[in-house]
Amino acid sequence: MAEKSYQAGVKEYRDKYWTPDYVPLDTDLLACFKCTGQEGVPNEEIAAAVAAESSTGTWSTVWSELLTDLEFYKGRAYRIEDVPHDPESFYAFVAYPIDLFEEGSVVNVLTSLVGNVFGFKALKHLRLEDIRFPIAYIKTCGGPPAGIQVERDRLGKYGRPMLGATIKPKLGLSAKNYGRAVYECLRGGLDMTKDDENVNSQPFMRWRDRFEFVGEAIQKAEQETGEKKGHYLNVTAATPEEMYKRAEFAKEVGSPILMHDFLTGGFTANTGLANWCRENGMLLHIHRAMHAVIDRHPKHGIHFRVLAKCLRLSGGDHLHTGTVVGKLEGDRNSTLGFVDQLRESFVPEDRSRGVFFDQDWGSLPGVFAVASGGIHVWHMPALVTIFGDDSMLQFGGGTQGHPWGNAAGAAANRVALEASVKARNEGRQIEKESRDILTDAARNSPELAIAMETWKEIKFEFETVDKLDV
Amino acid sequence: MSQSNMSNYETTATLETFGFLPKFDNAEIQAQIAYVLANGWSPAIEHTPPEAASEHYWTMWKLPFFGETDLGHVLSELDACHRQFPNHHVRLTGYDNYTQSQGSCFVVFEAR
Repeated sequence: MAEKSYQAGVKEYRDKYWTPDYVPLDTDLLACFKCTGQEGVPNEEIAAAVAAESSTGTWSTVWSELLTDLEFYKGRAYRIEDVPHDPESFYAFVAYPIDLFEEGSVVNVLTSLVGNVFGFKALKHLRLEDIRFPIAYIKTCGGPPAGIQVERDRLGKYGRPMLGATIKPKLGLSAKNYGRAVYECLRGGLDMTKDDENVNSQPFMRWRDRFEFVGEAIQKAEQETGEKKGHYLNVTAATPEEMYKRAEFAKEVGSPILMHDFLTGGFTANTGLANWCRENGMLLHIHRAMHAVIDRHPKHGIHFRVLAKCLRLSGGDHLHTGTVVGKLEGDRNSTLGFVDQLRESFVPEDRSRGVFFDQDWGSLPGVFAVASGGIHVWHMPALVTIFGDDSMLQFGGGTQGHPWGNAAGAAANRVALEASVKARNEGRQIEKESRDILTDAARNSPELAIAMETWKEIKFEFETVDKLDV
Repeated sequence: MSQSNMSNYETTATLETFGFLPKFDNAEIQAQIAYVLANGWSPAIEHTPPEAASEHYWTMWKLPFFGETDLGHVLSELDACHRQFPNHHVRLTGYDNYTQSQGSCFVVFEAR
């Protein structure tokens, strides 16, 4: 019985939801799925099933369908394409009418597009590779609370990437000792420091104590250096009420920025917090804990470029993107593909970067790309080349592991950064000439010389698990 | 590392981008101006007494040099500003009208 109705259901999907002649509308939301079907099921049927199950379809025809015009509301599979070098999988392109989604709600979009359909039995694997958000939908989303341009103007930092560090050890410091580590990094030349994502409000350091000491550290470093400083106070909490309470206090202690984990905290919390930040003149740094669970498998889940696009709509001024060169996974072209989605106002289709659609972002502000994890001074020229000026480069161990301490480590990074930017502006090939550039800069900076000596042997050379299909 | 080999890092007041590099010589200043011009940004000069350096607005020297392509002219304006206000910081900005931001901004002359 189950087998028989399953067959009938698949056949019907194709009849209604496979529409190869359809020309997508400018207002349609478009999605590209990488599908891996069970054996014997034709690709068109799988594509149609994905379109149906992620929009209006259910497994059986029901009488109340006739009370509406499902032709208007249904998702349509309008194209299938081979995946290069992978005979088992194919790409299905689906167009969804904009009225399927509540305005300004990436929550609603994701609930439809990556909801039940991912458990569908006719599929072995399914991966959402990309979404084209129509400009009409983008105009309903708040987006980044400030954006790149406003953040630069508030902080008075131009013409270079910004420098940060996650405070270490990530767990176990008292609030006062933690504030000391922050102060040392900031006085040495970092622009910002960051709470580790695991730091919320544990018994060893309650959030309120941390915020007070860190607030003092920021003010003192600003007074002594004459530069604007900040620390991403992590307000990710168990409930939205608690999150807002912490956000209010972060503002009160004078930090220009706070922090949220958008996947573990969830898009509802994130969008609410982004709105709060916009209303309160606060910047919002976004961490991405849990992303690799969702995005790392090449055939199942959601590609990070989709999560990055959703974050830009939900709201955040910084988003972690990986480093390409450090300890964490990240293909260079793929990373550049979603870094563009964070920062540009228009991104054209480019399969060599994993970008499946033209994407018009309209006037939505841009998001700083954050490179963090296992990077040190030797990586600086490569990081400046890969990420450009609109990025936040974060050296946690690479600052606080300096033999002379955090301040010297911060200064070493700042010298390396500025030397790299200066050389780039002079037209030099800074990735190729990195050794010369850093060695020259170290002549005037004993802090950099020691840092170069300390980390000269550290490399993270492993193959990327999730490669682009090109 | 033994304590005796450890250096003591003193906090220094710095003036943002390039504040951690040694003072630029003439050729280095020119290279950075050339970068601003090559990007099509509008060079602009601002100055301030050191005690007001952390404020957003410094005093403009004339207007930004819209459409300027002559590096030598920018350089001579920087010198003129510095001569008139030797006790002020003087910075060069490259206004980027596409991003509505500043593609470059660094202090060329620090106050005497």
